[in-house]
Amino acid sequence: MLNYLIRRLMSTALVMLLVGLFVFLLLRMSPGDPAAIIAGDTATPEVIAGIRSKLGLNDPLVVQFMRWGWNIVNLELGNSIFSEQPVLTLLGQRLQPTISLSALTLILSISTGVIYGVLAARRPEGLVDKSLTLFSALGFSIPVFVAGYFLVYWFAIGLKWFPVQGYTPIEQDPVRWITQLILPTITLSLSYIALIARITKSSMLEVMSDDYIRTAVAKGVPERTILFTHALKNAGVPVLTVIGLGIAYLISGVVITETVYNIPGIGRLIVDAINNRDYPIIEGVLMLCSGAYVLINLLIDLSYSLIDPRIRY
Amino acid sequence: MASSNGLSELGPQEPGLKFIGWKVALRNPKLVIGTLLLVALIALAVFAPLIAGDPLALDPFRRLQKPSSELLLGADHLGRDVFARTVFGGRVSLLVGLASAGCAIIFGLIIGILAGYSHRVDAIVMRLMDGVMSLPTILLAIAMVAISGGGIGILVIAIMIPQIPSVARLVRSVVLSTKQLPFVEAAVCAGARTPRILLRHILPSTVAPLIVQSAYVCANAILTEAGLSFLGAGVPPEIPSWGNMISASRIYLPVAPWSVFAPGIALAAMVLAVNLLGDGIRIAVDPKSRRR
Repeated sequence: MLNYLIRRLMSTALVMLLVGLFVFLLLRMSPGDPAAIIAGDTATPEVIAGIRSKLGLNDPLVVQFMRWGWNIVNLELGNSIFSEQPVLTLLGQRLQPTISLSALTLILSISTGVIYGVLAARRPEGLVDKSLTLFSALGFSIPVFVAGYFLVYWFAIGLKWFPVQGYTPIEQDPVRWITQLILPTITLSLSYIALIARITKSSMLEVMSDDYIRTAVAKGVPERTILFTHALKNAGVPVLTVIGLGIAYLISGVVITETVYNIPGIGRLIVDAINNRDYPIIEGVLMLCSGAYVLINLLIDLSYSLIDPRIRY
Repeated sequence: MASSNGLSELGPQEPGLKFIGWKVALRNPKLVIGTLLLVALIALAVFAPLIAGDPLALDPFRRLQKPSSELLLGADHLGRDVFARTVFGGRVSLLVGLASAGCAIIFGLIIGILAGYSHRVDAIVMRLMDGVMSLPTILLAIAMVAISGGGIGILVIAIMIPQIPSVARLVRSVVLSTKQLPFVEAAVCAGARTPRILLRHILPSTVAPLIVQSAYVCANAILTEAGLSFLGAGVPPEIPSWGNMISASRIYLPVAPWSVFAPGIALAAMVLAVNLLGDGIRIAVDPKSRRR
């Protein structure tokens, strides 16, 4: 176990190093000069040169990368070029909406997706299974923002069940917080439910023909217990893997959903930062997102042995 | 599928591309619906100038006009013909989607084959692929587009890069399982050189799974392009694309829903067609996968 953990941590560190290098080069290779952007349109060449040397932009790339990497490790993400506030503070302010939306989406889609998949596996080619085929074909094909505007048009503008857009912090008004998040959560969950339900179904189908399931049926275990206890426990590992891999997909969806519903989260932050060429923010958000993805997948890898004790490292 | 003589077990174990007869194809509704829908959408895009009017013509007198026999899908907030824009928008989606999917498949194939065959390449390149996979597609692509100043070429590269890992991983797994099969060992014993083994003996096994995967890559590329154009980091606003049409019309959703829903439905139909085609081909080459 310890051996595995060390190996896994080292490969995680290597992935993060490569991501860092990629993000670092992406921004240094760009045609725009950050110093000129900070200085503004009216700056003289001397001012720009001053800013360049202050930011260390004249040093060799390797030196710049080492310094940059060290700062990231120490969570010193620098200041926004535009608002001059520390990037960490800006990220902190935008974290709550994004985490609320992602967490609600995960809760909704994992619970619905797993149950849907199990029920579809109960009778292959049955009504539930066929409806899942249709649902997943649509779920994978309808883009997040198209689904979003359909839901807004029907449920917010037409039926007036929900507010059209916006976000209220949870500590201000929890009821408004949840009503404003319901539509975005459903929007973002549609494709994720399809993904989880499909993998649950195919993983369940593989398990359902095993001997121990037949034994359980023969000794009269209720169907619900067989499906949700005996079979699902053994079908769980691939489902967990897909949930982990889907996190990157989820983050992409969050950015678009935040734009559709005008939610001031991390997604809006980076879209605005990209329009302003606010390099420290772009770097901060990219590193944060890939860090979250890598960390979640590490935790998922380590938790396999919890659902399936046969897996040991 | 399986031939009755025992020899076939020596061959590649991955499903091969066999001729798909008409009767078999017709029993595969996903393949049929996907193909028909895709052909219809491609025809609309290709013959756009013959079918529809000028997608750029402004007419302030028909601002936000409802769909009618004259204007099939109504007009948007600048009085432009939504039907014409939707039909022309399909061209951009198809072009960008196909170009980036094609490039992603070529690069993914090369990386996957090398990684599957050489341990040294594998260790570094696959970590790099893990790294790319850990960056959300849309964020990576907007960052690249915005930083490099945009343009269709950059857009294609930005959409392509996030798609490479899925292709590379698939090819690598096929290569890993194929290179242990007896016919590859036989080729090695017979003295075939590595490039020949890779191209003549291993490459063919990757074709069938790759065709299926390329449909999904294409669907993802179209979705990414639309997402980027929606966020304002994709196709420039003067060229109509489904993503930027929705982006421009979204604040008029309550008064002119057609200007948002027409490109939205077209986009969903295109992605659905490509996905169905992928599912259909997968079922055709590997009937066991029907259940998945």
